[in-house]
Amino acid sequence: MSKAIITVATAAAAVLVPFYLEAFWLMAGIFAMSAAVGAIGINLLTGATGQLSMGHGFFLAVGAYGYVYLSSDSAGHLGGLGLPTPLAAVLAIGLAGVAGGLFSPIAGRLKGAYLGIATLALIFLGQHVLFNAEPVTGGYNGRPVPPLEIFGFTFADSPELMVLGVPFGGAEKLWFLAVALLLAAAWFARGVLHGRPGRAMNTIRDHETAAGVMGVPVARYRAGVFVLSSMYGGLAGVMVALAFQQTVPEYFGMLLSLDYLAMIVIGGLGSVGGAVAGAAFVSLLPQLLTRYSDALPLIAAPGAGGYSPAEASRMLYGIAVVTVVLFLPGGLLGLVSRARQALAGKVPHPSNPRSAR
Amino acid sequence: MTTFAELLLNGISMGAVYALIALGFVIIFKASEVVNFAHASLLLAGGFLVAELHPSIGFWPALLAGVAGAALLGCLVEFLVIRRSKAASHSVLAIVTIGVDIILVTELTRQIGTDVMAMGDPWRDKVLHLGPVSIAQTRVVALLIAGVLITAFLLAFKYTGWGVAMRASAEDGETAALMGVRLGRVSLGAWAVAGALAAVAALFLAVFPTPGLDRTTGVIALKAFPAAILGGLDSTTGALAGGLIVGVTEALMTGYQSEMAFLGRGIGDVAPYLVMIIILLVRPAGLLGTRELTRV
Repeated sequence: MSKAIITVATAAAAVLVPFYLEAFWLMAGIFAMSAAVGAIGINLLTGATGQLSMGHGFFLAVGAYGYVYLSSDSAGHLGGLGLPTPLAAVLAIGLAGVAGGLFSPIAGRLKGAYLGIATLALIFLGQHVLFNAEPVTGGYNGRPVPPLEIFGFTFADSPELMVLGVPFGGAEKLWFLAVALLLAAAWFARGVLHGRPGRAMNTIRDHETAAGVMGVPVARYRAGVFVLSSMYGGLAGVMVALAFQQTVPEYFGMLLSLDYLAMIVIGGLGSVGGAVAGAAFVSLLPQLLTRYSDALPLIAAPGAGGYSPAEASRMLYGIAVVTVVLFLPGGLLGLVSRARQALAGKVPHPSNPRSAR
Repeated sequence: MTTFAELLLNGISMGAVYALIALGFVIIFKASEVVNFAHASLLLAGGFLVAELHPSIGFWPALLAGVAGAALLGCLVEFLVIRRSKAASHSVLAIVTIGVDIILVTELTRQIGTDVMAMGDPWRDKVLHLGPVSIAQTRVVALLIAGVLITAFLLAFKYTGWGVAMRASAEDGETAALMGVRLGRVSLGAWAVAGALAAVAALFLAVFPTPGLDRTTGVIALKAFPAAILGGLDSTTGALAGGLIVGVTEALMTGYQSEMAFLGRGIGDVAPYLVMIIILLVRPAGLLGTRELTRV
């Protein structure tokens, strides 16, 4: 019953928000939703399968730049294929999957933190390519992103659209696109996690040998999850590119990958809800601090001493990561479910692993 | 030929510095089974202390203070975070160190700002001439000091009680604990040694020919990660080999980058990662790492 109420309330909020919120918060929401898609992907890999990846930012870059390259017309020294934008978006996600697949000889054989270091290579190689392959990536300045256009409906400020007396610009349209994509991504990941592959992935995380003995092809699963997670990264990259309207190479550096790891730890490892909660926390925190920096102590404008909003938020979520691991196993999501159990007075039954965590 | 010799010497010297960092990384992994992503920030902290203190107390005391400071910081991280975390999974432990790294690096980059800090070393930009080959004095000193430290460490690792305790607990923690080895103390010691080595490495990453310590010094230190993993994460000799491979490849690729212009600008910086990928494709456990076998 209460679950149904929450679902309806969330759905209503998702539909109503664009009619009331200003563009700043809409954009923040769109970024949070893109981050949530990417975080779901890396939670499948790191949270559910126990494979650390520091290279998630690379796959976002592949998605973003893949979309731009495939959908732009070639102009001047910049190349492009000029494909229809929805096709380009799908192909860009596929491209991220292929990039993950090319890394699979390593992703399948290395485990845990070992893979984490190996994937550092992706970040640095990726940055090198982004800055140097100018005809494709536009080099240092990046490239403008063509707006998505589905059956003549363009996700951009023009042509103007009025819905119930509210002007619908690019932000409002992208909001609904992001909601739809996030729902689809979450639904698919839930299916993976709650089904046979999810159980196999958790077994690999908890005991590799036991998984192998029970007939789970460990290497193939690791490689497969890596590909799947890079496709989620690619989708997040396409969404970020559409929101930014310009791809910038620096954005896809190591800090981005660290952000994603912070998200899943803060939100809760191994679940879709955790990834979404963590993504909201990590990507909305800097926006909140920026917006209300005047009212907050210790936070000052950049250069004026004190902490800039960006620094303060990095600091806060660094602390949040450490705090969560030390005191809140299960992250924000675990906190919520424990609070709910305490309210209901229920003690988790040991045979139900999901409530015991 | 002269260029080649110069590049090779520079590469070996840088390689020795990377080996110092990688060695600390490997010791931590052996003693506490943690892949320490906060290693670069320990290094930055040590370097920052040296750069901050040398105008007031002189270079050598400052270096000592930096080494002690980084060792203390390593101990603090172990004592306050790693020891208290109940996480069983190695990946989660690694992510905690990322959290620590985010905190430390944010604070340090805020302190450093856009400055390039001089290290106040006595060698400055003097150059040593060996026949036709000229090499910066700092590089020679780096090679010597790194060599001495590494030798001392390996001897201690082999012959002292501390070294035996460390090897025993890496081999089988439970048995070592039953034999009276205090695991907590071993792990604390490992973090301290790793911090100290990192601080020395920070000095040599920030002296001539580099302009000084700035906020990106930590990123340069990240190249020691491929060094550690391509040698084998649980092998001290592997860390040395890995460090040298990374240093020499980087120096050669940077030196001859005009001949390899098709690979793009700054290929030297990514060369360590390329080498790591190639080696991991052939030997997933690294060059000298133990391949994990399980009997069922």
